[in-house]
Amino acid sequence: MATADDQFYREYILDHYKNPRNFGRLDHPDISHEEDNPLCGDVVGMDFRIKDGTIEEIRFHGRGCAISQASASLLTERLKGLPLEEAKKISKQDVLGELGIDISPARIKCALLALKVLKVGAYGLAGEDEE
Amino acid sequence: MSVATLKPLDVPAIRKDFPIFETGIAYLDSANTSQRPRQVTGAMLEYFEKFNSNIHRAAYRIAEEATIRYEATREKVRGLINAASTKEIVYTRGTTEAINLVAYSWGRKHIQSGDLIVLTILDHHSNIVPWQILAAEKGARIEYVDIDEKGELLQDQFAELLKQGPRLVAFNLVSNALGTINPAREMVAAAKQAGATVLVDGAQSTPHQPVDVRALGCDFYAFSGHKMLGPTGAGILYGRRELLEAMDPFMAGGDMIKTVRIEGTTYHDLPWKFEAGTQAIAEVIGLGAAVDYLNGLGMDAVRQHELEITEYAYEALSEIDGLTVYGPPPSRRAGVISFSLDGIHPHDLATIADRDQVCLRAGHHCAMPLMTRLGIAATARASFYVYTEKDEVDRLVGSIREAQRIFS
Repeated sequence: MATADDQFYREYILDHYKNPRNFGRLDHPDISHEEDNPLCGDVVGMDFRIKDGTIEEIRFHGRGCAISQASASLLTERLKGLPLEEAKKISKQDVLGELGIDISPARIKCALLALKVLKVGAYGLAGEDEE
Repeated sequence: MSVATLKPLDVPAIRKDFPIFETGIAYLDSANTSQRPRQVTGAMLEYFEKFNSNIHRAAYRIAEEATIRYEATREKVRGLINAASTKEIVYTRGTTEAINLVAYSWGRKHIQSGDLIVLTILDHHSNIVPWQILAAEKGARIEYVDIDEKGELLQDQFAELLKQGPRLVAFNLVSNALGTINPAREMVAAAKQAGATVLVDGAQSTPHQPVDVRALGCDFYAFSGHKMLGPTGAGILYGRRELLEAMDPFMAGGDMIKTVRIEGTTYHDLPWKFEAGTQAIAEVIGLGAAVDYLNGLGMDAVRQHELEITEYAYEALSEIDGLTVYGPPPSRRAGVISFSLDGIHPHDLATIADRDQVCLRAGHHCAMPLMTRLGIAATARASFYVYTEKDEVDRLVGSIREAQRIFS
């Protein structure tokens, strides 16, 4: 049986899922973008307020599995206060590393949905396949 | 056959025919694809090792053997669904190809601008998208029969749609997403009465209950081998002979012709007119072995076993707090239970179940219009077959409780 310290559902992932950081919407965001994963119905959207090239404020909203929502929550923590130029450098490996768990190929889209929102929304790198 | 005279399935003995269970998995995804017994893989291996050759072409002995075995499956399938003739049994890759064949070869000839096609909200994408493409090409329109809160088709709405004189009615006999068993015989009769051509998607019914296409009265009936103990890549289109005779080929090429001249080509007789190119010979032979296996069990006994497992699972799942089961009561559903858990996404549940070696499907089950209708993105789905035992259901319940504990 799976246990409480189950590799996949570590406490901090569950914590981010149940108590998402930076959750909600911004009034008058400079950038707002949403992506979904039709296969499982995960949705993640992000609102950004940019000042002097830096992400001054960020909120995310969405629904879906624990991996997609925790990944979004973790990413917003990292993005807040970060210059956009730095944000651009965040890679798939960075996001997966931050989750710190083995993601099966079937769930990789869940884990990377938030990064896709950042890439497409914040600097227009549309259509990159995350597989 | 009455239930009283049924020989119940000997599930422990059946499981010994399926080597995959030695891995310790609880397999609850048979509506997706079934497992395959040694008898099926053995028949395919025998072909590869003893008479591997192409069919319908060569004069040597092993090619004759391959042709005989390949064609023998046709008679087995004819018997299984009680078709009038093997000429009405066309091999395809599966249900999807069978429906596409009808949409292409029948639909392009008979569906015209302004025609009505009636489908249902329970249909699988494979019985929706080919008709959407056809409708867009021809300027036809599609109406979908809705469901009630039990996941059963609104027969009043269906009757109203039939009054508009649809050219085609297509629906699944059993919903893959909810398990609903539709009143197919009545629906086919009403649709025929209204003058429609009727296609029944039998992907989820053929593996699990007795089917008689002549009693059903439909014009086309499609199903897949891989959901009924056979291999992937071999499926069946049944079509009434006069309809198939009047249809043009779907794929064109080798083996579907009588003569090819620069001036033109004459097509082969039924059913080979629809079987162009080298076919999935080993897979078709495997499908024949699967039909033999199911006949050995008896389709009435198969249905009875699944009903018992479904009742058991339905009750066990209904006792779990925060769990919602979709669809009708067990007596009116096949061995499929779709459900959701409060606060736990189906994919998270499936991942946790996987840790316990419980194979559970999570997703939209290729029925996105139905998911939209139910106001959900996905469900978890457990589905059962001849080898399913109550212990596997118990293991699922254990995984669900574990997921609830982790997410509490």
